[in-house]
Amino acid sequence: MRLPGRHAGFSRLIDNEIGARQRQRFGHRKENIVSASEKQGNPKIKPFWSPLAAGIALGLVLLLTFVLSGHGLGASGAATDMVAGVGLKLAPEATKANGYLGPMVADGSPMGSWMTWEILGVAIGALVAAFMAGRFRVQFDGSRSIGTPARLISTLAGGVMAGFGARIAGGCTSGLGLSGAAALGISAFVFLALFFATGMIVSRLVKGV
Amino acid sequence: MFPLNESGMLSGLLCGILFGYALENAGFGSPVKLNAQFKLSDWAVFKVMFTAIVVAAVGLWLLRLVGLMKPDSIAVPQAALMASAVGGALVGAGFAVGGYCPGTSVVGLFSGRLDALVFIVGVVLGTTGFAVFYGAALKSLKAAWLIAEGDTFTDVYGTPEPVVLAVLGLALVAVFYFGSWFERRGTGTITAEQAVEGAR
Repeated sequence: MRLPGRHAGFSRLIDNEIGARQRQRFGHRKENIVSASEKQGNPKIKPFWSPLAAGIALGLVLLLTFVLSGHGLGASGAATDMVAGVGLKLAPEATKANGYLGPMVADGSPMGSWMTWEILGVAIGALVAAFMAGRFRVQFDGSRSIGTPARLISTLAGGVMAGFGARIAGGCTSGLGLSGAAALGISAFVFLALFFATGMIVSRLVKGV
Repeated sequence: MFPLNESGMLSGLLCGILFGYALENAGFGSPVKLNAQFKLSDWAVFKVMFTAIVVAAVGLWLLRLVGLMKPDSIAVPQAALMASAVGGALVGAGFAVGGYCPGTSVVGLFSGRLDALVFIVGVVLGTTGFAVFYGAALKSLKAAWLIAEGDTFTDVYGTPEPVVLAVLGLALVAVFYFGSWFERRGTGTITAEQAVEGAR
């Protein structure tokens, strides 16, 4: 038996119900958006650049560096120059006699090298960027997630490994990985492959941050 | 004709300031953001690095093509494969444990993170330790698997540079495609607010 009237009514009822539900859901969602933005709501904190925009900017900076200096960007080299320079001040004989640092200080202190100025620039650039975007905040990052003593150990141990490893490789993520790859060096791609593979394995074994 | 081989203070400061500015804006001062790459939930590190490599490599190639840059005039790292592999593994492990690499730790410190200062102390200690232990063993490690024929794919295997660049371009597309696929299925990328708030 067909009851078109009732059927129509029924379906209208369903329509209305769905409509009401949809309106409710829509309204609810709208409310969520508002409250989420209010909650996250520090309008002073600007979002990061998109990876594509940041990558293009970084690539152009790297290109400019090659054009200006004939070599790429770096970081761990500045630590090496600093160690050699401070070593020359504190223990001149031992530093000159050292097989690794000796040749670096043969022509005087490497303090004031291109790399040491560059890393000072990195500090200035990062400070300006963080301040301008409202992202400067003094904190001991990781102390809330794993506790301050554990974070102290993990960040120190990480630094020692990275510092030692960078000297074996002759560069770090920026000097060998980024700049060496842009110069199409084979060793840069070997570095990057092992860097990411080991990082992925170790991050599953150790919670450092 | 480029490069200018300008190795003075102004050149260093200028490149450094722009480098630091770009790294901070990419979010690379935050150990949370950086480590999320290893957890595959935020692919910003891969995406930014691959994009930068391709932009700079193509730029260098174009400058040589139009004759603005001398051939073989830029520094290419020596193809010491054992040293790159062992060193890369150690830097990667240090990155996973400490949350930074040497360059990003400077960005971390100057966006207010004091744990990054401790990481920098560690880098200096590791560098000093390397110098102290530098002897026959470390020397042979640095000399192992050294490709004598040259340092680039073009020098060693005769691969034309445009082919190397095309492969890099394809890898870049793959990184964005698969990276975004992982990001949609993961816990979400790290926003600036989350990064400023710190690890939790």
